[in-house]
Amino acid sequence: MTGSEGGHRVTAYGDRAVLVEAADPAGAPGLHAALLAAPLAGQVDLVPAARTVLVLLDRPVTDRDLAALRGLSPTGTSRGPAPDPLVLPVVFDGPDLAEVARRTRRTVEDVIAALTGAALTVAFGGFAPGFGYLTGLPADLHVPRRATPRTRVPAGSVGLAGPYAGVYPRASPGGWQLVGRTDAVLFDVDRDPPALLAPGRPVRFRAVG
Amino acid sequence: MLTPGPFATVQDAGRTGWASIGVPRSGAADRQAAALANRLVGNDPAAAVLEATAGGLRVRAERTLLVAVTGAPVPVVVDGRPAPFAAPTTLRPGAVLGLGTPPVGLRSYLAVRGGIDVPPVLGSRSTDTLSGLGPAALASGTRLPVGGLAGDEPVVDVAPVAAPPERPVLRVLPGPRRDWFDDAAWPALLAGAWEVGAASDRVGLRLAGPRLGRSRQGELPSEGLVPGALQVPPDGAPVLFLADHPVTGGYPVLAVVVTADLPVAAQLRPGDVVRFRAAR
Repeated sequence: MTGSEGGHRVTAYGDRAVLVEAADPAGAPGLHAALLAAPLAGQVDLVPAARTVLVLLDRPVTDRDLAALRGLSPTGTSRGPAPDPLVLPVVFDGPDLAEVARRTRRTVEDVIAALTGAALTVAFGGFAPGFGYLTGLPADLHVPRRATPRTRVPAGSVGLAGPYAGVYPRASPGGWQLVGRTDAVLFDVDRDPPALLAPGRPVRFRAVG
Repeated sequence: MLTPGPFATVQDAGRTGWASIGVPRSGAADRQAAALANRLVGNDPAAAVLEATAGGLRVRAERTLLVAVTGAPVPVVVDGRPAPFAAPTTLRPGAVLGLGTPPVGLRSYLAVRGGIDVPPVLGSRSTDTLSGLGPAALASGTRLPVGGLAGDEPVVDVAPVAAPPERPVLRVLPGPRRDWFDDAAWPALLAGAWEVGAASDRVGLRLAGPRLGRSRQGELPSEGLVPGALQVPPDGAPVLFLADHPVTGGYPVLAVVVTADLPVAAQLRPGDVVRFRAAR
């Protein structure tokens, strides 16, 4: 049930889904793009994640599906002009900003400069409607999650965890290190598209206030 | 809606196509029962129905309505008189339909010819209890509009339906991360008698049973989930995901229940004991 042609692994996931796992996290967006461009018959949805894409079907998985997915060629995601980055206005006054500065041996001003200077990309979503895991942080800004998660993180909070930055679309419990807040509406079911942060979207933070 | 009973929501086939922006599918927990209810009143399969948890729901018809109740077998009463289960029933204007308490099973479905016409959110009328999308859970006094999602007059008079099994068994396929568990975990899953915990809900069943040991420690990068995925968090108590499962999860999935057995899983209630059998 597994295969490794093309550098990715293919595993049946129950009787209606197949998990395609890239050899490294950088490979997942290309697999997602290829499946968006050429869906399998009966493909009802795709779940792109850190290094996998889950293919959901409305019918039983067959050996032909597994063979087709093993032979999948990742699509380049950088062809054509890159879309303009989405600029999120951020007030950098988060409760963990000083802690992030201490851990990364920077001044608070340097942390803000590094965050506003980073060319970020939405790698994938999944935590909550409208949440995007943003990659592209400088390696020395990778900080662990808080040892004790907060029971309530306000909507619009901008946080850091591991290699990712993210913005909480609505109030929820959360363990990310909070560095600021934005009043951008990340998710609105009456807007088309409903989510600002769709996979592949370039993002920048701009310091305000 | 006179009273929703312990917990009731509007459900349809769910929101598909939005997983990449973190929107779960949701939809009726027991899709087979919801589809049958729609068929009995001649509805489009996409029509929304009411999902009553542990019965208790009471509604009053404001005009003549054709309805059907399926799922967990429940006494149906119309204006104080017994009415059929899993068969189309006509309600006169002002008639009150009430559900008793199902002796077995958990979720009953009430379909109304035309469908429950609350405003759709991202293409679905389902209440998603995890992400908060869709209509709020039903409350006493809620007026529920009836829509036009009906086809030809129904031709089915009564549907033979099996009651939920007395000794429920769910067939499982090995999950995508079986290799994160020790060699004893899969046999322990199949040998165990698993008790459904009180914290179970539309998101998933919390199960108590034998320990399922890991061979690999550390964190799994988050990956997609499906209904029926049996995820094992570090405390060892597995969660069997149902309709309102999160889009992704960061704990390894040992096994996946086959699609045909998901209706059985959706009818399990706290205190029930369930077993697993290898699908092949």
